[in-house]
Amino acid sequence: MSTITPDLIALHQLTDGEYRKIVSLLGREPTYTELGIFSVMWSEHCSYKSSRLHLKKLPTRSKLVLQGPGENAGIIDIGGDYAIAFKIESHNHPSFIEPFQGAATGVGGILRDIFTMGARPIAVMDAIRFGPLDRARNRRILEGVVSGIAHYGNCFGVPTVGGECVFEESYSGNPLVNVFALGVFKKDEVFYGKATGVGNPVIYVGAKTGRDGIHGATMASGEFTEESKQKRPNVQVGDPFLEKLLLEACLEAMKTGAIVGIQDMGAAGLTCSTCEMGSRAGTGIEIDLQYVPQRETGMTPYEIMLSESQERMLLVAEKGREEEVFRVFRKWGLDASTVGKVTNDGVLRVKDHGRVVAEIPNRDLADEAPVYDRPHGVKPYRPAPLEAPDLPDRSAHVQADLITLLASPDICSKRWIWEQYDYTVRTNTVAGPGADAAIIRIKETGTSIAMSLDGNGRYCLLDPREGTKLLVAECCRNLSTVGALPVAATNNLNFGNPERPEIMAQLVESIEGMAEACQFFETPITGGNVSLYNETLGEGIFPTPVLGIVGLMKTEQPVGMHFRHPGRTVMLLGGVGSTDAVHLGGTEYAKVIVKGLWGLPPALDMDTERRVHEAIRKIVNEGLVESAHDLSDGGLAVALAESSFGTASVGAEIELNSDIRQDFLLFHEGPSRILVSTTEPDKIRALAGECGVEAVVIGATMKERLRITNRLNVLVDSELTVLWEPWQNSLAQLLRTT
Amino acid sequence: MRFGVVVFPGSNCDHDAWYAASHILGQHAEFVWHDSPSLPTNLDAIILPGGFSYGDYLRCGAIAKFSPVMSAVRKFAADGGLVLGICNGFQVLVESGLLPGALVRNQGLKFVCRLTTVRIETTDSPFTSGGERGQILHLPVAHGEGCYIADRRTLDELEAEDRVVLRYMNNPNGSLRDIAGILNRQRNVMGLMPHPERASEPLMGSTDGLVILESLTRAVACTAE
Repeated sequence: MSTITPDLIALHQLTDGEYRKIVSLLGREPTYTELGIFSVMWSEHCSYKSSRLHLKKLPTRSKLVLQGPGENAGIIDIGGDYAIAFKIESHNHPSFIEPFQGAATGVGGILRDIFTMGARPIAVMDAIRFGPLDRARNRRILEGVVSGIAHYGNCFGVPTVGGECVFEESYSGNPLVNVFALGVFKKDEVFYGKATGVGNPVIYVGAKTGRDGIHGATMASGEFTEESKQKRPNVQVGDPFLEKLLLEACLEAMKTGAIVGIQDMGAAGLTCSTCEMGSRAGTGIEIDLQYVPQRETGMTPYEIMLSESQERMLLVAEKGREEEVFRVFRKWGLDASTVGKVTNDGVLRVKDHGRVVAEIPNRDLADEAPVYDRPHGVKPYRPAPLEAPDLPDRSAHVQADLITLLASPDICSKRWIWEQYDYTVRTNTVAGPGADAAIIRIKETGTSIAMSLDGNGRYCLLDPREGTKLLVAECCRNLSTVGALPVAATNNLNFGNPERPEIMAQLVESIEGMAEACQFFETPITGGNVSLYNETLGEGIFPTPVLGIVGLMKTEQPVGMHFRHPGRTVMLLGGVGSTDAVHLGGTEYAKVIVKGLWGLPPALDMDTERRVHEAIRKIVNEGLVESAHDLSDGGLAVALAESSFGTASVGAEIELNSDIRQDFLLFHEGPSRILVSTTEPDKIRALAGECGVEAVVIGATMKERLRITNRLNVLVDSELTVLWEPWQNSLAQLLRTT
Repeated sequence: MRFGVVVFPGSNCDHDAWYAASHILGQHAEFVWHDSPSLPTNLDAIILPGGFSYGDYLRCGAIAKFSPVMSAVRKFAADGGLVLGICNGFQVLVESGLLPGALVRNQGLKFVCRLTTVRIETTDSPFTSGGERGQILHLPVAHGEGCYIADRRTLDELEAEDRVVLRYMNNPNGSLRDIAGILNRQRNVMGLMPHPERASEPLMGSTDGLVILESLTRAVACTAE
């Protein structure tokens, strides 16, 4: 009866070897529906077959980790009776094909991952990357992605509190949309995606199933070609209103005590939720598709099993208590239907009007997916010279270069983007977009959660290992700067084609760097996402791991990055640092002013970095500073300008005394540095000293001007408005260009 | 004092309003489900919260006006009860005919979330009696359809009858005559696009919303005496 041809196998992006494994696991040829089921579960997106071997190297445990990788989201103990669940996930491929819906459903998907565990989502952040804005297509993708994120998050009622937005040629044909979400719940109210209790009913809730998104996961596991645009029907359409109802209904239904397990239908839809829930519990699930609520007529079992229609959940209830669950979903006007039951045979059995159309052991699908040790014994792909180009001294042009940098797409204000996001709903936002780290208070506990997202494709292209360590350091520095203790991380690994050894080498180096840094900074990885095959027409993206790190702090008025009063001492914790031309090659200065990419990322000493974090946390938490801002993209000069852009219009007069070349001095991106303003320089020096950290007085704040001199050479002397306007208005202007 | 906070499917500032009323003002506050045909007894004020009632499908507030609870709210208002519509709640009030005019797509065509400055135009209302005429408030907005429009006669009437309560100093959405909030003729129903409940604690960056919320509690306390 089965007519599985080699063409059909190739169409499902299964290799001959994988197909042979399927036949041997089943002991027969798969049916067409089974082939579809295997193809999505064994896709790169669902099975992590290229990365799994290496992801094992990541640290995943600490005293605070209640749930590590493998569940819908990681869980961290935040004290009291409360915990947080958080995770980051990518929606890169759909966002290229259909920017608005691709990004919107990216938000929807990660939100479901959070509330399926019983946590109420309280914050979203986004790391988004696009090609340069001089091309209309890139502008269109950016506008679509931003309004998609806004559309979904705003209606759902979760604040979008921060993130990052970066532009690079390599993302031109392959934008990156990584969405982070975080939720809060009581520690004893955690739900897992487990189908326990033989005989318990399996209940389908939420939106009806349609033909949208079939093979989304397989699509996300392939490169883009000219034909990709024809895959638009593979992108799902989101309905945030329905998701909001689903959230409230699920949380309310969980309170009945009648639910024993629950999982959202995300990638690979009904297929993934049924076999994973069974596999985790060591049980089987039997469903009959005639009971699945359907939006269209004439859908085949194959289509129903592979649909990625949004806003759906699968849950297992205690037998006999179905009505308690149904009552809640009826109240919220949602479909709920018993589609099957939990069995004891470990098999996923799919029937269509009683006729068996698929019968596969759960473990084969969920756990027997192939694992590849892809060749990576070569140097990571690195299309950049090690040696610095000839760099004429631009010390005479520092002020003009600073203005150019402030107006550059990566550094300029992203207000145009984040004003479209509701970042104050739920009245917990203590620090929102634009801050070093977002801060969300937990009303119930007196604790706040600080969050930072960071990626840097340029650093990671030059050195995936060191570049990734720098990201971990930067996130932890962001958190420490607002006074929070970093405690756990989630990661999104965006890379090219893992079947190319020099790309696989990037991935392996990056993971190993992440493992080392996360171990060192005591921020275990509790989950995340791997997005491979980010290539269009054979051109890969820069290797772009994105870290999302969360920290804990007491709920207090935040310090903020802006200078508040004139006449305060300005200090640089960690000192001015140093660089040579080689370590300047990954900076924004190299990108925007020199228009090049070379050498190595800035040099990181993790031990120094950690001591700086300790020092700033103590200093902030003892209330010794009026402002604190970490140095990152654009170095010291940009940080000084950003600290001057507060509503108080307070700038600074800075007097440096350094023999580093002056343009390097102002723009190098050496890590482990934090800029503060204070009335207590002596106490800060003493506290920093206890941590073995240098704290240098570099000047004082003053009204309305920024003036920077080095050994009496005036490098910058400007009214703040002259610096602020290009920084503030640049993005809107770039988007207006036609 | 006793607050009722209406929950429509898609309301998402219901909890914020409830929290402000109960935890910050220290008053009794309870949720009222959209399909209940009557209100709990002894309520002093109803808040129609922000959000996307019924997904904002068709038009913001257009479906909510048909929900059973709105008949009860209309009656409550007709009997002199205090009704405060915030953001989507304001949209529901204009759709329901409890307030004149309409709220349409922001002039900039995009959702806008920012801290705005508004001016109190009248203190002759239970919602602003605790403030001062001309007082500047810092209140956040977060909406895609907050541009207030009405025909000229209505606008003139609103102004002649001193029913414009709040005006933007820096109009974020293109509202005619910078209108941010208005009253009904009886002055017991107020709608505004800014969110006073999001500006009721120092941690949120502004406590100016308390001018409105505390005026309410004071007004109720005075009536009770």
